[in-house]
Amino acid sequence: MKLKSALLGAACAFAMAPAAFAERGTDGEVKLTFPQAVSIMNPYLSSGTKDIYASSMVIEPLAGYDDAGTLIPKLVSEIPSFENGGISEDLTTITWKLLPGLMWADGSALTAADVVFTGQYCMDPAGGCAQLSKFDGIASIEAVDDLSVKITFTAPKPNPFNAFVGSTSPILQKAQFEACLGAAAPTCTDQNSMPIGTGPFKVTAFTVNDTVSMEANANYRDPAKPAFASAVIKGGGDAEGSARAVMETGEFDYAWNTQIPPDSQAAMAAAGKGQFVVAFGTLVERLEMNMTDPSADLPEGERSTAKHPHPFLTDINVRTALSMAIDRQILTEVGYGAGGAPTCNVVPAPAMYASDNTACLTQDIEGAKALLESSGWVDSDGDGIREKDGKKLSILYQSTVNPIRQDFQALIKDWWSEIGVETELKAIDPSVFFGGDAGSPDTFQKFYADVEMYANNFDGTDPEAYLTQYKCDKAPSPENQWQGENMNRFCDPAYDAMVSELSGTRDAAKRAELAKKLNDMVTKDSRIVVPLVHRGTLSAHSNALGGVKINAWDTELWNVADWFRVK
Amino acid sequence: MSKQSTAIPKAQSQFGAVWRQFRVHRGAVFGLVVLGILAGFVIFGPLFWPEVKLKVAEALKVKNQGPSMRFPLGTDQLGRDMMVRMMAAGKVSLAVGFVAMIIAIFVGTSIGVLAGYFKRLDGPLMRLTDLFLSLPLIPLLLVMVMLFRDKVASIMGPELGAFLLIVFAIGITSWMQAARIVRGEVLALKEREYVLAARSIGAPARRVILRHILPNVVSPVMVAATLGVAEAIITESVLSFLGLGFPPDFPTWGRLLFDGLQYLQLYPERVIWPGLAISLTVLSVNYIGDGLRDALDPRTRGR
Repeated sequence: MKLKSALLGAACAFAMAPAAFAERGTDGEVKLTFPQAVSIMNPYLSSGTKDIYASSMVIEPLAGYDDAGTLIPKLVSEIPSFENGGISEDLTTITWKLLPGLMWADGSALTAADVVFTGQYCMDPAGGCAQLSKFDGIASIEAVDDLSVKITFTAPKPNPFNAFVGSTSPILQKAQFEACLGAAAPTCTDQNSMPIGTGPFKVTAFTVNDTVSMEANANYRDPAKPAFASAVIKGGGDAEGSARAVMETGEFDYAWNTQIPPDSQAAMAAAGKGQFVVAFGTLVERLEMNMTDPSADLPEGERSTAKHPHPFLTDINVRTALSMAIDRQILTEVGYGAGGAPTCNVVPAPAMYASDNTACLTQDIEGAKALLESSGWVDSDGDGIREKDGKKLSILYQSTVNPIRQDFQALIKDWWSEIGVETELKAIDPSVFFGGDAGSPDTFQKFYADVEMYANNFDGTDPEAYLTQYKCDKAPSPENQWQGENMNRFCDPAYDAMVSELSGTRDAAKRAELAKKLNDMVTKDSRIVVPLVHRGTLSAHSNALGGVKINAWDTELWNVADWFRVK
Repeated sequence: MSKQSTAIPKAQSQFGAVWRQFRVHRGAVFGLVVLGILAGFVIFGPLFWPEVKLKVAEALKVKNQGPSMRFPLGTDQLGRDMMVRMMAAGKVSLAVGFVAMIIAIFVGTSIGVLAGYFKRLDGPLMRLTDLFLSLPLIPLLLVMVMLFRDKVASIMGPELGAFLLIVFAIGITSWMQAARIVRGEVLALKEREYVLAARSIGAPARRVILRHILPNVVSPVMVAATLGVAEAIITESVLSFLGLGFPPDFPTWGRLLFDGLQYLQLYPERVIWPGLAISLTVLSVNYIGDGLRDALDPRTRGR
């Protein structure tokens, strides 16, 4: 019976295929260009967005978000809820039901064991998983049967859609990654660069920090998709070049992160070959303050760790003054035009989670000076730089090589010098800065500087996992191979407690209130994070590429299977 | 008759002879004038054209302007005066070019002379030269800058530290051509009669080298040196371009070029000014080198 129906289904699919309006692999090659080259195809070992987006074409989570921020099933038959019994009444378990008949690109079947394994892989204490916060509060992940996975939480979890949801926590194949648990994870080069997945494409060749070549996955669950037979992601270059390659020369179909000045955008759009698409998600360009001492005099392994507190950024008055001196309106105009808005929040969206924290929007140079003055930071030796107890307000301010960021650096340096703070600027190649290589001194996790500027966001619509990043134990350190998202090494037990409270709260309004409080704790109450601009993600696609729906809530390539060639 | 042509009056007029010969070379004179103007522009320019420090909000009102009376070279995307930036940038670029060249020539000449003059040192020193020649330059520079930038910056301060590191890195990786040229010349020179004569009366090696050999290798060294200046300016631009040169707020011609690149279509002058300055420097230095070689070579002098 079973065999018969399976055969019938296959026959049906065969008969239907020609009738479908699109067919797999008929539209040739789709070419994408990322200004930051892809360095690994495994998001569990990299927090770089470029790596997460590239791998999302190959490996998929159980569920993701569509362009409106709604949860959509990917490898499961439906989103678990109270109604369908997927989420238990006491909020401590969630059960996912896999789609039957799912196959990996190599033809083997996807089972619950793979999901369980992926959980083990990321939660291994020796592994230094970059997405560990997604797995926060999980007691166990078990396979109920071949097609159902039950996740049990240590405490009631009102938002259980963290693990295996969104492009940052896709399912890995157990058979392929079995030997890569724990400390062995980064050494599995083959697995990490060519993971076997369930996505619309599979990797055929991977050159680190250069090119990813892919072809359509013959075992993809929708027989009519993807329309493209192959895909290439070429990395490197800069935002300007990527945008030009799509908007003017037409060499590429899609360019991610084409962050270029407003007047250049207008000029390129006028060429008429492509268009810019902007999605306002949760991306915030921010300054992160280092709470630990990055001094080069400290021995390697103690630099920028909790062992040595920062000489002056630990003083809240200094951080507040630094924030007050900045005019966010001007920054937005100079850098992003319509693609940005000034903000004081780490969580700027969705609206229900956005705090009404707007005090920082007005620049107050005099106020900043007065604040420093009253807290004892005075320029006693007349060199224009304030000091106290022999400590000078001299800041190393790092960011990536990017024209807008360099403009921001120049402007902020100007404002800071007005209030008597000396600033040294440093710009680092973005592939290195975001590369997560524990051997490089220039990564944003190592944070060998006093202040760093970059943009970060969260996928999905719930900020819980994102706010978890500022917990004490998420600080990068030599012990966890410099993985972790708490760049500031911020540590406040009250914050940690409130995060736990948030995880235990079910009521949506109460959750929103807690999220706002947490946001305020790291921004206006402590100025650990100094948000500057709420940015739309600007990407460009050629007019010859159809089906693109820009998504601010998950990977931009979330519907790459639906992309087609406009003929 | 023979008394009149003793070496002493001739030696005194040697500079004059070189200068006379140099003036014949039109390109060289042109180069000298252009380089002089550029050097004057970056050294004395700031005295006549001091930077007017605008508040950020005021500066932004005058951003992206073309050349005008107030801003002869226009303003950049943040409303900074391009003239001021060009002068500040030129000072750094020219200094990097010349200092790196001096280091390279000093190391190259020393090694070339030692290798050419002392047979026992020839093998090891030339193999060392081969070793350096076979090293890929840019990756080596990148590693050097990455490893030592913080350490040098913490001792010397960020700007001086970056300057010394870059100058040293460029100098230490571009001496090999000079060393080879000099060695070749020295090998030929040391068999010449006057060197043999000097040695036969017991002149020590140091004296022979300083008095008889070095003055005769000056002309190839000069040529290598002028080419080196151009190369050093360009290498510094490459490093700045890759984000590993000077800090981003420290203008050099290479960085201005890089910053202007994204505005190439909208405001081409932003690229033209630094590009022109780099090209003119390189061109004029090359011409000067050409003229100097002709002037310094006794065989072509007076022809």
